[in-house]
Amino acid sequence: MRFVDEFRDAEKARALSAKITSLCEPDRHYKFMEVCGGHTHTIYKHGLEDYLPENIQLVHGPGCPVCVIPMGRVDDAIHIARQPDVLMTSFGDMMRVPGSGGNFFDSNAEGTNIRMVYSPLDSLKIAKQNPDTHVVFMAIGFETTTPSTAMTVLRAAADGIENFSVFCNHVTIIPAIKAILDSPDLRLDGFIGPGHVSTVIGCRPYEFIARDYDKPVVVSGFEPLDILQSIYQLMLQLTEGRCEVENQYARVVPWQGNTVALKAIHEVMELRPYFEWRGLGFISHSAMRMKESYAEFDAERIFDMPGVRVADPKACQCGEVLKGVLKPWECKVFGTACTPETPIGTCMVSPEGACAAYYNYGRFTRTRVREVSAHEHV
Amino acid sequence: MSTSERVSTRTDRPTDREQQVLDRIDKARRRKPKVREERITLAHGSGGKATQTLVEAVFLDAFRNPLLEPLEDSASFPVDAGRMALTTDSYVVSPLFFPGGCIGDLAVNGTVNDLAVAGARPLHLTAGFILEEGFPVEDLRRVVTSMAAAADAAGIRIVTGDTKVVQRGKADGCYINTAGVGRYEHSRELGVATARPGDVVLVSGPVGEHGITIMLERGELDIEADLESDTAPLNGLVASLLDAVPGVRAMRDATRGGVATILNEVARAADVSVTVHEDAVPVRTEVRGASELLGIDPLYVACEGRLVAIVDGEQADDALAALRAHPLGAEAAVIGRIGDDPPGMVLLNTAFGGTRIMDLLVGDPLPRIC
Repeated sequence: MRFVDEFRDAEKARALSAKITSLCEPDRHYKFMEVCGGHTHTIYKHGLEDYLPENIQLVHGPGCPVCVIPMGRVDDAIHIARQPDVLMTSFGDMMRVPGSGGNFFDSNAEGTNIRMVYSPLDSLKIAKQNPDTHVVFMAIGFETTTPSTAMTVLRAAADGIENFSVFCNHVTIIPAIKAILDSPDLRLDGFIGPGHVSTVIGCRPYEFIARDYDKPVVVSGFEPLDILQSIYQLMLQLTEGRCEVENQYARVVPWQGNTVALKAIHEVMELRPYFEWRGLGFISHSAMRMKESYAEFDAERIFDMPGVRVADPKACQCGEVLKGVLKPWECKVFGTACTPETPIGTCMVSPEGACAAYYNYGRFTRTRVREVSAHEHV
Repeated sequence: MSTSERVSTRTDRPTDREQQVLDRIDKARRRKPKVREERITLAHGSGGKATQTLVEAVFLDAFRNPLLEPLEDSASFPVDAGRMALTTDSYVVSPLFFPGGCIGDLAVNGTVNDLAVAGARPLHLTAGFILEEGFPVEDLRRVVTSMAAAADAAGIRIVTGDTKVVQRGKADGCYINTAGVGRYEHSRELGVATARPGDVVLVSGPVGEHGITIMLERGELDIEADLESDTAPLNGLVASLLDAVPGVRAMRDATRGGVATILNEVARAADVSVTVHEDAVPVRTEVRGASELLGIDPLYVACEGRLVAIVDGEQADDALAALRAHPLGAEAAVIGRIGDDPPGMVLLNTAFGGTRIMDLLVGDPLPRIC
């Protein structure tokens, strides 16, 4: 298949793998964080770690937008959905995220109408088709999905739609990365930068990471060869003593970002003073809310929100996993009390979550998988 | 006197007319019953005349065979001594009609396949319908016609059935349950628990077409692709495989959960490992493309006319040849091998060259957002 197979070529992967290995200093350990959940998914899905030498370790970052939504926000969404004549919509990943009293599926079993959509525009379409129902879109995601929410609100305003609103939970990536960089218990050698987010914000916002924190950043695409090449570029920077922001995903990511998308976001939304991240706690200026001028599309203003803060379960170590301090399997409840069927922390909910990805694809140590696969050939 | 005479004369002439009317009614009753309504009403499920008309004009008309025709409460047929297989499945697919088939042929093929992959020769099916008030009779005819065609293609008969009508909103148009009986014509013990190290895993054709067709047909995605459901009866294919290869250990039709789910069942039941080579799995480009866009894995997507076979490794070539000789198995492939370590697990050697675990899916495959 064109535009896919080229980026999954095993021969090219072997060549890159050899180049990466040749740059490794034998006694040194390297830790790179892939910020984006999409990268985590690719790494596990294709078994990419099999190409890395033992002394390069990938740490899974906070970039799964579903995973960072705190329980209280899920409860708020269910509260809105319980209001008469309300239909709630959200992305598929949100359906299984647990609130304090169950997830959206559980809530639907008790009578709410929460539906999965593929785009906020689908949600607007439902609103147009059901004028007697108030349709709420639970908006989640980093800058990747924020523009589509903003564009939908602009469309709703232009079309004079009165039965549509957004429960805004959009978050921003830079404050989260900064929180991780400021965390004292963290040792990282560089970042694999989030490709999709960067299509919107560009590469410039990462410059402080190289400048102020001396960590190289390579903005990466989502095919396995993209990620391998990004790791190679990171290794090359370390070897050559450079510390820069590089753009491996230049075929999609413009250095300046997407100005049209950014304009749409800032027309409709503004930064919140602070927002609670699951596992990371409150981070200032890390999320978006609807502007006063679009109040009629703001579910938080339309509905009386309980806004109760629900503490993360004590046993859950999502925070450490999100910061890359713990590997998923090092969490106390991983694979026992917390599994994809009964997730305690949200890292286990979305297939992009570090824990779910590890549970589904990576429960074996790399050495063990290699041993086994060496014996098995059709 | 004169009064009674008058009465009798006055009734005489109308009697002729009355007789004519009665004759017409008799004639009408002898005529083939016809459903005149355009939509199913609750009366069609009441057990009265409307039900009878529906049964005779729609179901009996399409499925006609000597076992069904008496319309007794049970179909009655002789059996030989030996082992029988019995299975049931309910069909609630939405949309009811999709490229390559509809709920009708799905309901026949699905149950035929459950019997076939168990190693039995499918004989007879039952058909139970739950219809929603307001369901178009024309749609019901289309469904029933496709069931009759599927039954013919599979060489089986629908011998008894049932119809219920529920109020509007209490069902999604039409649900069908079919049960089937089959006869074992051999004494081999098939079952996933009999898989052992050294066996090979085959699929009978490209995977994921039914599931992706349905997802696209639901129209939530605004993607179009030239794809059809793979729904088909597998009893012919199974018979050729069993005839040619004594070392068949087990077969499964790869419906809900797809090939990956079946292989997990194999690994667990037999306490073996299964290693699959992603490169070797036949997947149509359209299915791959849609799966990439949706963020799902074709190995977990439902097929309705594909089987997975576990076969003694020494007979892998014979099995492949037997499958490929049949039109439904033309694109069959060996996709993996059974090993002993790690027991209970399915590993995937990815096309990229890595290895990962292929576990059971939790719930439906939900598309990823970014």
